[in-house]
Amino acid sequence: MSGLLSFMSFVICVALVGAAWVAIRSTSLPMAILAAGLVSLLASLMFLILAAPDVAMTEAAIGCGLTTFLFFFVLGRVRGGEHD
Amino acid sequence: MTKRIFVFGMLIGLGAIFIDLLLSYTPDSALNQTARYYAERTATDLGAANIVAAVIVTYRGLDTLGEVTVLFLTAAILVMVLYRDHGIGINKIPNRFLPPTGEMLGTGSRLLVPLILLMGVYLFANGHLTPGGGFQGGAIIASAVLLLLLTNPNQTFNLQLFSLTESISGIGFVVIGVLGMFFAGGFLDNRIFPIGQLGELFSAGAIPVIYTLIGLKVGAEFSSILVHLSEEKEES
Repeated sequence: MSGLLSFMSFVICVALVGAAWVAIRSTSLPMAILAAGLVSLLASLMFLILAAPDVAMTEAAIGCGLTTFLFFFVLGRVRGGEHD
Repeated sequence: MTKRIFVFGMLIGLGAIFIDLLLSYTPDSALNQTARYYAERTATDLGAANIVAAVIVTYRGLDTLGEVTVLFLTAAILVMVLYRDHGIGINKIPNRFLPPTGEMLGTGSRLLVPLILLMGVYLFANGHLTPGGGFQGGAIIASAVLLLLLTNPNQTFNLQLFSLTESISGIGFVVIGVLGMFFAGGFLDNRIFPIGQLGELFSAGAIPVIYTLIGLKVGAEFSSILVHLSEEKEES
C-alpha cells in the first residue's frame, strides 16, 4: 500500500472511531443515528481502499442507506406518539 | 465500581488480543490453495469476469441459497408481526395528517427514482462482469422505494406484486439449481447455459440469470419490509 493510501486509511480509521464514539455518547438521538450512518459510510470507504468493492457496495447500500432511514422511521414513530 | 473494573478488564483483554493479532501479522506472498484455484480456473471453467460473483453464485452457491432463505424468513416474520387487516384490500388508512412534502424532496425524487432503479438493475445484470450483484442491486432498488415512501407516505404499493415477484424468483433460483444437477456438474452449476465469450453481457452461463433472480427477490423483500414498517398501524 502506498504512502498516501495508508495515510488516508489511517485518517479514515480515526474518523471511524470518532464517529462511533459520537454515536454512543451523543445525547441527541438524530445525531447518534447520523453518526452510526457515518460509521457505515467510512467502513465502506475502507472496504474500497482494501480492494473489496462488492462488500463496499453492500455496506453503503444497507448499512449507510437503509438502516439509517429505518432508525429514522422508528424514531418518528416513537416520537410522534402524542398526536400521530 | 466492580462493574467498571470488570468492563475495563474486558477492554484490556480485547485490546491485548487485537495487538497480538496486529503484531503477528505477516502479509501472504502468494494466494492459498483454494484462492489460487478460484483465481486460475474461474475464467476458463465458468466464464465469469468477476471472480467474486463466480464464488458467490457457483462455487459457494449453496451458501447464497441459505442467505436468501434467511432474508426471506426475516421478511416473512416481519410481515407476520406487522400485518394488520384494514378491510378489503386497503393497506393504509387514507387522509392521515402529514406535513407537506418539500419542493426539493418531491422534485428530487421524481428525477432520482428512475435513475436509482436503473442503477440497481445495472448492478445485478452486470454482476458477473463488474463488482456488484444481486444483494447490492436489490438493496438499491429498495432504496428507490424508500425514497418514494419518504416523498409520500400515503402512497399505496401493490404488495401482491411484491410477494409474487419474491416467490417466483425464489422458485426460479431453486429450479435452476436443480436443473444443474441433471444437465451439468451438480447443484447450482452455471454451465447449463452456454458459457459464451468472457466479458460479454450474455456469458458465464446461469450466473446473470441467478443474479437477476436474487436481485428481484432481495429488492421485493426489502421493499415489502419498508412498506410494512411505514404503514399506519393505529386503530383510530
